[in-house]
Amino acid sequence: MMCDFLFSLVCTGEIFELKAELNSDKKEKKKEAVKKVIASMTVGKDVSALFPDVVNCMQTDNLELKKLVYLYLMNYAKSQPDMAIMAVNTFVKDCEDPNPLIRALAVRTMGCIRVDKITEYLCEPLRKCLKDEDPYVRKTAAVCVAKLHDINAQLVEDQGFLDTLKDLISDSNPMVVANAVAALSEIAESHPNSNLLDLNPQTINKLLTALNECTEWGQIFILDCLANYTPRDDRESQSICERVTPRLSHANSAVVLSAVKVLMKFMEMLPKDLDYYGTLLKKLAPPLVTLLSAEPELQYVALRNINLIVQRRPEILKHEMKVFFVKYNDPIYVKLEKLDIMIRLASQANIAQVLAELKEYATEVDVDFVRKAVRAIGRCAIKVEQSAERCVSTLLDLIQTKVNYVVQEAIVVIKDIFRKYPNKYESVIATLCENLDSLDEPEARAAMIWIVGEYAERIDNADELLESFLEGFHDESTQVQLQLLTAIVKLFLKKPTETQELVQQVLSLATQDSDNPDLRDRGYIYWRLLSTDPVAAKEVVLAEKPLISEETDLIEPTLLEELICHIGTLASVYHKPPSAFVEGSRGVQHKRLPGSSAAGVSEAPPAVIPSQGDLLGDLLNLDLTPPTTTGPPPPASSGMQMGAMDLLGGGLDSLVGLLNTVLSEAVSLRSSFNVPVSGGLDDLFDLGGGVGMPMGVFNPPKTVWLPAMKAKGLEISGTFVRRAGVIQMEMTLTNKAMSVMTDFAIQFNRNSFGLAPAGPLQVLTPLSPNQSIEAALPLSTVGPVMKMEPLNNLQVAVKNNIDVFYFSCQYPISMLFAEDGKMERQVFLATWKDIPNDNESQFQIKDCHLNSDAASNKLQGSNIFTIAKRTVEGQDMLYQSMKLTNGIWVLAELRVQAGNPNYTVSTVLVVLAVFKSYFSNTNQNE
Amino acid sequence: MIGGLFIYNHKGEVLISRVYRDDIGRNAVDAFRVNVIHARQQVRSPVTNIARTSFFHVKRSNIWLAAVTKQNVNAAMVFEFLYKMCDVMTAYFGKISEENIKNNFVLIYELLDEILDFGYPQNSETGALKTFITQQGIKGQTKEEQSQITSQVTGQIGWRREGIKYRRNELFLDVLESVNLLMSPQGQVLSAHVSGRVVMKSYLSGMPECKFGMNDKIVIDKQGKGAASDDAGKSSGKQSIAIDDCTFHQCVRLSKFDSERSISFIPPDGEYELMRYRTTKDIILPFRVIPLVREVGRTKLEVKVVIKSNFKPSLLAQKIEVRIPTPLNTSGVQVICMKGKAKYKASENAIVWKIKRMAGMKESQISAEIELLPTNDKKKWARPPISMNFEVPFAPSGLKVRYLKVFESKLNYSDHDVIKWVRYIGRSGIYETRC
Repeated sequence: MMCDFLFSLVCTGEIFELKAELNSDKKEKKKEAVKKVIASMTVGKDVSALFPDVVNCMQTDNLELKKLVYLYLMNYAKSQPDMAIMAVNTFVKDCEDPNPLIRALAVRTMGCIRVDKITEYLCEPLRKCLKDEDPYVRKTAAVCVAKLHDINAQLVEDQGFLDTLKDLISDSNPMVVANAVAALSEIAESHPNSNLLDLNPQTINKLLTALNECTEWGQIFILDCLANYTPRDDRESQSICERVTPRLSHANSAVVLSAVKVLMKFMEMLPKDLDYYGTLLKKLAPPLVTLLSAEPELQYVALRNINLIVQRRPEILKHEMKVFFVKYNDPIYVKLEKLDIMIRLASQANIAQVLAELKEYATEVDVDFVRKAVRAIGRCAIKVEQSAERCVSTLLDLIQTKVNYVVQEAIVVIKDIFRKYPNKYESVIATLCENLDSLDEPEARAAMIWIVGEYAERIDNADELLESFLEGFHDESTQVQLQLLTAIVKLFLKKPTETQELVQQVLSLATQDSDNPDLRDRGYIYWRLLSTDPVAAKEVVLAEKPLISEETDLIEPTLLEELICHIGTLASVYHKPPSAFVEGSRGVQHKRLPGSSAAGVSEAPPAVIPSQGDLLGDLLNLDLTPPTTTGPPPPASSGMQMGAMDLLGGGLDSLVGLLNTVLSEAVSLRSSFNVPVSGGLDDLFDLGGGVGMPMGVFNPPKTVWLPAMKAKGLEISGTFVRRAGVIQMEMTLTNKAMSVMTDFAIQFNRNSFGLAPAGPLQVLTPLSPNQSIEAALPLSTVGPVMKMEPLNNLQVAVKNNIDVFYFSCQYPISMLFAEDGKMERQVFLATWKDIPNDNESQFQIKDCHLNSDAASNKLQGSNIFTIAKRTVEGQDMLYQSMKLTNGIWVLAELRVQAGNPNYTVSTVLVVLAVFKSYFSNTNQNE
Repeated sequence: MIGGLFIYNHKGEVLISRVYRDDIGRNAVDAFRVNVIHARQQVRSPVTNIARTSFFHVKRSNIWLAAVTKQNVNAAMVFEFLYKMCDVMTAYFGKISEENIKNNFVLIYELLDEILDFGYPQNSETGALKTFITQQGIKGQTKEEQSQITSQVTGQIGWRREGIKYRRNELFLDVLESVNLLMSPQGQVLSAHVSGRVVMKSYLSGMPECKFGMNDKIVIDKQGKGAASDDAGKSSGKQSIAIDDCTFHQCVRLSKFDSERSISFIPPDGEYELMRYRTTKDIILPFRVIPLVREVGRTKLEVKVVIKSNFKPSLLAQKIEVRIPTPLNTSGVQVICMKGKAKYKASENAIVWKIKRMAGMKESQISAEIELLPTNDKKKWARPPISMNFEVPFAPSGLKVRYLKVFESKLNYSDHDVIKWVRYIGRSGIYETRC
């Protein structure tokens, strides 16, 4: 208290002195006094008490003194709003000054005086300055509009400043244009829906012209603004790209990055087969590499952005691995980022170099960097199969160094390598076990325990090892406890005789002595499983594990798209959307990449079934291309709801559009009548020869999905059937190779209706050469959903002891018609009336030789139910309903005209989604 | 956009604080001091987010410059601006030091007011700024002078003012290159590149139009095609170099470079950097370092390093320095070298070997015995690479200036009257050989 009191005393004394000096007659003394005031202000002292005295100095023709007083005003006007009004007169007067520098100074400063009361006095001077003859004043006034808008948005709109600002985009001076663009962009950001920055080809053209002439900063404003524009077609997109590319040679890195942003965004619109597309890709690499010779802080920004660019378009920098090699003197933040990019670019072609580098890094001093380098070696092993062996031996070398954190990190990555390449590198387990005692980090301990549990049958003293961990069970972190519990249960299932005691011990530790609900629950589940059904326990605990993906920490595709739209900005540095770190309404809009112009469907979605030898581990990670639905990204819930969300997209329209596609596809497929696998509704109406056919679901015959040539001797043919409400995939697996095949497993990529295997692929006996085996795989419809093209496309990965193979097939839509698709008559009538016309789609089926009753019966077998029948003028009209597994209803009207000997059948299909029933349906499913 | 700009001394005391936006409060000044300047650990990123406020910082000697914002700003632009800010300050009052900043704080505020408006960077070319931010007051200007200033600040040629006159029209071109090398102990080049700059000092009257030409492969090949039968074209084609990428000062017409690959511009007055470029192919590595490290038992290391110069014997390299790192537990070093002076510097953990001059195609050698203290440190010595510094009077990339033509149609001097000087200097960048 004493000190504070003294300090304020000193201050008052000082202030008193300053006051006297400020009111001195001598100009020089005055100026010195104001300087002292500003100096105290900078240090954080409160000199607001001097407000009237300082403002008195404002009326001066000395520009330097004036600027100092203005600086003071900007700082304290807010705390002394009444006094600030005293300054208004001077501003108004200065705005009329013959010297443009003074006019600009006045308009620049008055915008910074954030006092509501005086804003209205400023409107007139501002209006004049916006139309000033001098460009220097105009460019300052343009920014002032943004300042005023920040204080009082309504006032700016009422006074019509926004229109004046828009006019400035056509100004003859490039700097005025640039500042106007900057101001408009900022104002538009706080009004996401206003069409303020009305970007059309004319304005774009103006901006592109100004781009060549304005300052480096102006170029950045313009490029950032251009990035928000969506060209109408690929030709416009190309012409803009052509005019932006020269900016890539600018000395200012920010200009280069903003140009890259525009190009990356507009490139989405260009057809891939265009020559220009290839040229553009080639042009992007050198400037990105050049950014790495900038100052370290800029390198960091550039590297964070390159990380995004590499994920989106790996082809750009795939040959530039060397420039990302770490230099000894790089700051640590640059080193870590470079390492990240090195892993992303690692491929078979450059892996040897990369590994040599990583090994070098692993001996550096910085702990974080070394850890990351070790982890990187593991990731290389997982990504490039050919290098796995070398990576493992490198890791073993590193373990030999006995440097504690290196060993721990190595063990964590080796666990992942085991999972990726089962039964290949287990010989190193012994070496790992030697280091058991030195592990003190939970992640490493957990990894080691996992390894021991997983390979318990090969480690002679597995029980002893695990027991040693068990001693300090309660001191371990949850991660380790859970892992230990599972590992011991695994061990027990593998060696039941010797380990009974151990498993009891761990179960009681987990269930009785632990407060952690996760641990307790897992403990109870294991306990029940083991006590009731050991066989089931074995199936659950020792189940086949899904393959792990080779790319870790990829940014989620929709976020990546958004971040690409924010290249160069903070969002791209943080790798977070602006909404995550910006307060208020600014930047909350989510930006998206434009789709390719072709029919509004962005580049053929996951046609990314990789070719043979392209070792992609996890199919679920294939969908790097944007989802085609226009709706918000699906929330992370599973099953029906998520599926429906995704399919529903933005709402009713897109849904109907979707079903229209199904049905019209069916029509177009009519022509390929004899190819049943092409599957579609038409197959249902394939009633031609069907008079004598047994009733039941229409089942197309098997076709070859995976020819033996493409799958190292494994041939798979198959079909889909629906039996008793269960969709089944029936396959014939034929071994045309010379060796025995075992260890079959299957996995689906995300698909339109969420089809997923309901259980493992049951191929129990090994498949000897020239032998065939039938396998039926029950499917569920609660898997992850993504719209496919065509809609009923399914991408499948089948694994055996030889390799992983990929193929895609199409299932008949009729598989998805549920048994409970019979709608109540009243409901049917009510909904039928509500159908908007544009939800209708019609098509005809020719050459059908069945009468209406027979057709109705046959369709019923495929879960298409006839609700009512009407006969008008010799025409039978059947009203039918069906329900898809994801809860979407389809209603249909089938007209059968019995007349000429050809029995022509014409149908009208009406599609609609009954949202009410859809929702109740999902609720039931939950 | 940028919400505020602070300058601190090494203790974290504020020297300059300018706030542009309302969302940045006084507490931001302290937040940066506490979380970054006074942070216990080494700074892990030049961008820091503290309580939803982002701080960008750069350091010049012991001065911290920090830009603050709460919005999603263009991060690259903020850093470019901070560098530019440093350039402008250096141009006005020399070295950026605490004393200089304190002495010039009024000027700095005036500059900050001019080059950053509401957080948007404005014209920051020193040439233009110096015409009206003078610390003299501008009473004496006539109306024409004023409008000339404003048209220059906002104009298309913001970097040059009209009416410059010299009695002697003269220009100096410096091709400055730094060679970067990373070599494996076996002498295999792991990565090598040259980053070069063309720095120009121009003392030319009026508004001259300049055209710069060099032995760029793309240009020469194009010309070679134009005159296919011309033997001269072919032979010059051999000496051309492939430039990976180049960037230019804002005076260069980029669209013209993009379409015709010709470099044309109206230069700023005085010294500036015309272009930067990068090459990776056919680099002349002026020196080769051949290391030999042998561990003799646990307490002794034997090091032998040979350097070979690899350029024309008539040329002389200067300021040669080889830095051989030694382990942390070194207790003593004995050095023998044939040429130059070598010293063990315990504080830097390295043997520093200096040679004043060395001609091309020569070889020199140093051998050292390093005594080590026995330690029980498990961690192995990381063996940092041997680094080298030097200066050579040629461009390691092979770049040659072919011409620099000057046209000034309004004044009566022609290209021939201009006195031109060209100089090539190749320096070591990060020139390392692993051992």
